Amino acid sequence: MRDAHARAVGVRIDGGCGFMSRLSDHNVIVARDIIGRYPRPKSALIPILHLAQEQDGYLATDAMAHIADLLGVTPAEVYGTATFYEMFKFEPVGRYCINVCTNISCQLLGAWELLEHAEETLGVRSGSTTADGMFTIEDVECIAACTEAPALQVNYRYRYKVSDDDFDRLVDDLREGRLIEEIPPHGTLARVRQRTPDNWAGTGKAAQEAVDAR
Amino acid sequence: MSETTADTPSFHVAGLVPTGPKLVTGRFDVEDGHTYDGFVRTGGYAALRKALTSMSAQQVHDEVRTSEMQGRGGAGFPAGVKWGFLPPDVYPRYIVVNGDESEPGTYKDRMLMELDPHQLIEGVLLACYAVGAAQAFLYVRGEMPLAQERIATALNDAYAHNLVGANILGTDFSTDIQLSWGAGAYIVGEETALIESLEGERGMPRLKPPFFPAAKGLYMQPTIVNNVESLANLPWIINESGQAFHDLASPTSTGMRMFAVSGHVNNPGVFEVPNGTTTFRMLVEAPEYCGGVRDGRRVKAFVPGGASAIWFFEEHLDLPLDKATVDQAGSMLGSGAIVIMDDTTDMVAACWRIVRFFARESCGKCTPCREGTTWLERILKRIIDGHGRPDDLGTLLAVCESISPGLAWPPRQTTICPLGPSAVSPIASAIVRFRDEFDHYIEHGRPIDGVHRHAIHGTGAHV
Amino acid sequence: MSDSTKNEQVADEQTTAAEPVAEATEGTDENVATEVAEDAAAVIPAAEGSASDEAGVEADQPGAAETDSEAETTVTTSTLTVHIDGGEHEVEPGKLVIEACLDNDAYVPHFCWHPRMSSVGMCRQCLVEVEGPRGPMLVVSCMTPVSDGQIVSTKTDTVKRSQEGVLELLLANHPLDCPVCDKGGECPLQDQAFSHGPGESRYVEEKRHYEKPIPISDLVLLDRERCILCDRCTRFADEVAGDKLIQFTSRGNDTQVMTFPDEPFASYFSGNTVQICPVGALTATPYRFKARPWDLEQRESTCTTCSVGCRTVIQSSRDELLRYQGVDSDPVNWGWLCDRGRFNFESVNSEHRIAEPMVRTDAGLIETSWNAALKGAATLIRDTLADGGPERIAILGGARGTNEDAFAWAQLADAIGTPFRDAQLGDGLPATVLGLDRATIDEAANASTIVLLGPDLKEELPVLYLRLRDAAEKRRSRIVEFSAVETGLTRYAWKSVRHQPGTQTAAVGDALADEEIGAQLAGGDVVVVVGRANLAESTHATMSALGALRAAVPGAKVLPALRRGNVVGALSLGMAPAAADHDGLAALNAAADGGIDLIVLVGADPLNDCPDADLARRALAGARRIISIDTITTESTKLADVVLAAAAYGEKAGTTTNIEGRVTRLAQKVTPTGTVRPDWMIAIELGQMLGDNLFGPGHPLGRVAGVDDITDAIAGQVVGYAGVTREALDAERDGVLAGVVATELEAPASSIAGRNSYDYRLMVSRKLYDRAVGTAMSRSLANLAPGPAAHLHPLDLDSLGVADGDDVKIVGAKATAVLAAVADASIQRGVVWAPFNQGGGRIEDVIDASAPVTDVRIEVIQ
Ligand SMILES: Cc1cc2nc3c(=O)[nH]c(=O)nc-3n(C[C@H](O)[C@H](O)[C@H](O)COP(=O)(O)O)c2cc1C
Ligand code: SF4
Ligand code: FES
Repeated sequence: MRDAHARAVGVRIDGGCGFMSRLSDHNVIVARDIIGRYPRPKSALIPILHLAQEQDGYLATDAMAHIADLLGVTPAEVYGTATFYEMFKFEPVGRYCINVCTNISCQLLGAWELLEHAEETLGVRSGSTTADGMFTIEDVECIAACTEAPALQVNYRYRYKVSDDDFDRLVDDLREGRLIEEIPPHGTLARVRQRTPDNWAGTGKAAQEAVDAR
Repeated sequence: MSETTADTPSFHVAGLVPTGPKLVTGRFDVEDGHTYDGFVRTGGYAALRKALTSMSAQQVHDEVRTSEMQGRGGAGFPAGVKWGFLPPDVYPRYIVVNGDESEPGTYKDRMLMELDPHQLIEGVLLACYAVGAAQAFLYVRGEMPLAQERIATALNDAYAHNLVGANILGTDFSTDIQLSWGAGAYIVGEETALIESLEGERGMPRLKPPFFPAAKGLYMQPTIVNNVESLANLPWIINESGQAFHDLASPTSTGMRMFAVSGHVNNPGVFEVPNGTTTFRMLVEAPEYCGGVRDGRRVKAFVPGGASAIWFFEEHLDLPLDKATVDQAGSMLGSGAIVIMDDTTDMVAACWRIVRFFARESCGKCTPCREGTTWLERILKRIIDGHGRPDDLGTLLAVCESISPGLAWPPRQTTICPLGPSAVSPIASAIVRFRDEFDHYIEHGRPIDGVHRHAIHGTGAHV
Repeated sequence: MSDSTKNEQVADEQTTAAEPVAEATEGTDENVATEVAEDAAAVIPAAEGSASDEAGVEADQPGAAETDSEAETTVTTSTLTVHIDGGEHEVEPGKLVIEACLDNDAYVPHFCWHPRMSSVGMCRQCLVEVEGPRGPMLVVSCMTPVSDGQIVSTKTDTVKRSQEGVLELLLANHPLDCPVCDKGGECPLQDQAFSHGPGESRYVEEKRHYEKPIPISDLVLLDRERCILCDRCTRFADEVAGDKLIQFTSRGNDTQVMTFPDEPFASYFSGNTVQICPVGALTATPYRFKARPWDLEQRESTCTTCSVGCRTVIQSSRDELLRYQGVDSDPVNWGWLCDRGRFNFESVNSEHRIAEPMVRTDAGLIETSWNAALKGAATLIRDTLADGGPERIAILGGARGTNEDAFAWAQLADAIGTPFRDAQLGDGLPATVLGLDRATIDEAANASTIVLLGPDLKEELPVLYLRLRDAAEKRRSRIVEFSAVETGLTRYAWKSVRHQPGTQTAAVGDALADEEIGAQLAGGDVVVVVGRANLAESTHATMSALGALRAAVPGAKVLPALRRGNVVGALSLGMAPAAADHDGLAALNAAADGGIDLIVLVGADPLNDCPDADLARRALAGARRIISIDTITTESTKLADVVLAAAAYGEKAGTTTNIEGRVTRLAQKVTPTGTVRPDWMIAIELGQMLGDNLFGPGHPLGRVAGVDDITDAIAGQVVGYAGVTREALDAERDGVLAGVVATELEAPASSIAGRNSYDYRLMVSRKLYDRAVGTAMSRSLANLAPGPAAHLHPLDLDSLGVADGDDVKIVGAKATAVLAAVADASIQRGVVWAPFNQGGGRIEDVIDASAPVTDVRIEVIQ
């Protein structure tokens, strides 16, 4: 039955086949720190899912179960929330996700033509990953760069007014490792984390706990 | 309203384009404006100091009320009035900052977060102080790592300088700001969905009534949700007074406001302009703004306030960017997103693309939106793919009716939230004005001559 | 009523909607409804359905339209006047418009709304118009509270068009497989499509496709193509069962109901989701493709799987039981059933049923005629009486039958004169608990404090667990739990006190001394739910803790958590021992010592029911004669000299008594198997065989023509049952409460010795699924029993040098069992917990019924 589920939801079940899937000890510490800043633990779910995705590049089944444990919720709750959000991937994707915006402002200025070119360059259709596991390409909704159309993101790092040549150069640079500094592998978003400082007031949590205890 | 034509806009006479101070974009040109040092050097945190040391919470609230600043997130509801809805004596209260900017065409909050994060933090602190919030949550769109990084850095610095957290600036005012971020879902911009998301849930809107955030918001406690730009204006209001803000522009749309103008213009961009007095035409044509339509073409249609808005046409260009006027004219300023479409635009494809957005972003909670938006998208896609049927337009309108009875403006809705009806806007706009383009598609399987055909997957133009 | 609507009554909450709904608001919905009412007072009635927040309609903000204060009156008036389609109706404040409409014959179509769950307003099918300051507004009636003077229209053109529109959209992606769908014929969506639908669909696009039904648990299949995403099943799992194992996943048009990839919907209550699903998306494996709704016949009855007494309808087709559905009884089950109760009808149809009476010959048990069997049984009784007198006969059981069965057998026991009788076999509590000031389930679920001093209710009385969980979740009650292990309610308990097995009196004493707990118990009403938590421990510890609690909280009421279906009825109607020295354990001990010659087992199976299996074996061996009245071949019936074939659930009518003392009717729905007879009839026939004047004229059983006569006799004879007349039972759908006959509780002193070399204390308790016949003989449930195991704290396992899953020897004073060790952090150190009656390693052999607690040693198998 486990398999039937897995098939139905299109999720790979990792029987410990080499992927790191539970959160690492270090990430558990980070996760606990995040949990501590919210009035209720479950509020930390999305940030911690990002953490897991940063660790593995996608959300492994075991990682979601581990997160459920950390938050005191069921794995199904974690899964229900995670699948709502487009950025979470449930199977490995390319090292670089190239998201070409095709929404209205970009469409007007040639987004589809850019996408078509990108598909040709990479040799895959939008929605898929190149055989070498380097690139996943997708056509996405508005990325808030409408005045810089056509725009795209590589692992959520922007490129503006992208011409076909720009695109080819971008792919070359990524392939050759020239952008390693600027663009981390898929899953990593902000590289600066908010810390819990000594003068963290804790007022939100304390007040909420008082209400919950009523 | 105006006798002028596109060829001889009256405002080209020097001085007629209204100008004003830069309230929120002032540091965009300061290279280190996003850092703590750069911010403080340019007058940052003065308003916070002023408020905490010389003003009561009520006085801060009063200034904001006097300013009559309308929310910049879309609904345009005055912030000061909204804060007043918090039920007295119910604590804890929370402030939630809506930085989920995802409405197609909208590009301003990201700039404010990336280029001036401390200004936003200062605004959030002022709001917390005014309403007595125990904690604020700054929810940034998931796809914006630079904004997240800059805000995280700014928060760490602000905490280090005792500007956030326990006993801010040595006063007995304490509050925390938590940076949170989403993971890709437009609907989470809707305030109750945002609250759900902050609670670790699927971002599905709650029903209003009974779940108005001010009464029952985050963790069912009183909560104020404000847009990034709304809050970024607060430092200026406190520094200069609410009356000064009010006097900047028109009395029905006060202050300066950011507009992103994209699409077929020569110089697309984001501009902070006097609210209520600037016109659409000025934004499009004035050299200090977009400098005219691409290749000197005509405006065929334009989106006045984000993809949810009913479209405007050439004849609306001289309307001022004034909430009351635009509402009256049957659309909205929404999120300050203006998308210009010139006369080479395939209106059916444009209509489809916006509807596809709403279909993809429907949360799925309520039937009419979940089923209806997808259905609309399928029909439109079939039409641009060249497989339109004669009764498609009737079906389109019927499905629109099921989502938004009467196709009225402001829309009536059978849905829980306004997302569903938003998908109706472009259809209602396009079918009425460009019916011939739809008919042509259905009959010939391709757009009318003279418009640009996009290389959309599934259509004949994509290889 | 047409066939389809009749069936819908069962399939849906319609069973409640008819009239019990009037009371429904007192329970779950009240909180929600008043919340809604309050908010509506604070905010605007104008926004819903018309206001776009993008368009900046200012009414979309709280307070903006406070001018309209009509909602405010909802809080103060006692009833409100609501105009529905022109008629004027009195409605209780706090109700929803949809409830007001349904109660007053204005049908409003709906899918997501369910009277026992919170409103979510998702399907949008229940749109009606309510007059507002700016004319009629479309509102969802399931989220709108009633207000005084409200004008509601359910039939205007706008309403019709909107409802049709929503329905067309719901049907757009719905497959056209009604002819092969289990729900076809009792499907609200199908019915609605007929009555409120637009007719022809304009949807020409390709429909959503998913793999057709996938198992989401052992009992439930999910067909996502049929699902209309009404959130009923998921809400049930979350709000009612507390098992959040199914969730919405994905988004928008891809939204689906799903489990976590690794974790099936293994809820004890999963069958309820099948019942409340408004389409055929969820189907139950035991019923799949078994019948079409129009072939089903049904009667209302009560589940006797355990003693909560949930109301059901039992449905059959072609004289075969096919399905049980929950009926909403407000004081009891609110429409819910547990899966064991719902699906064990399969055992009635089991091939192991005893269809004919049997007698033992040299060739073993062989079928015979009733006449011969009854004669044989009568002879055994007569001979025993002649040889040694009535003290050498024990009559055990009766808790699995009806009130009438138990009463008739008690009368027979009286007539024979035996003092040894008991409806329990050392697996419950002394019958004296029934004489304490009794609480109803409602009283427990509304008490300020619920004290739990008994078994894991989730495992033993599942729907009582639901009610008490609800009480805690809705903040009506605080639960104070005393338990040696974590239970299903531990998560919801305000305080959960862990004690070592056998030391509950001390734990209660400590708790009473605690300031906070003391204050809680002193303020407000207290209900103690008491039962047998540990089968490896005598009842003394529990009874003495109960005594201490009652002494400290004199007003506390008691709800007995005894488990077997009609145990309360049987004990109340004469099957209780006169004194402890003649109870079930005493009888078994006497038999083991050669002091009893004949044991009559009335639906009792000592080898599986008695915690001390060794004692049961010795007793059955010690008694020279055994008569068994039973429905299914058990290990005990195999030892009998005479087996009298008994009618099973659904094959006989009568009444039953639940833990509160609530008496309800049981219905006969199918023709009995073979020549089986109800227990009461067997008792009377045996009595007649034993002598003409045993049940002579004037005796309550003197002139019984049918079961009704016994019901009358009970009302006439039994103190406490005086009000339980047939008239009263006919009038009260929810049954009639029997009175409590007060007894004094003598709380025994409880003391336990040190552990000596036995360094682990044994705790044995029941799981919902075990090898009890009803479960084991139901194909769908048989595999759900967890199986034998010994749970130990991981650190104890470490110190023993045993790995999780290794076999260990559990060595007691009397016997040794070999069980797989399970590392379980919820178990206290120094305790070993094992589930009861799971077969395999037989922990039951180790239990010593004569010891206050069974202590054991754990030995590693090399
Ligand atoms: C579908 C939908 C999407 C929305 N998206 C956003 C958004 O991305 N950012 C935003 O600030 N407000 C958004 N809003 C508006 C918010 O619900 C809310 O009105 C706003 O954040 C309030 O802030 P303000 O009063 O400062 O404008 C959206 C509303 C809807 C219905
Ligand atoms: S209108 Fe759309 S987005 Fe809004 S609640 Fe309904 S399904 Fe969700
Ligand atoms: S029954 Fe009211 S919205 Fe579903």
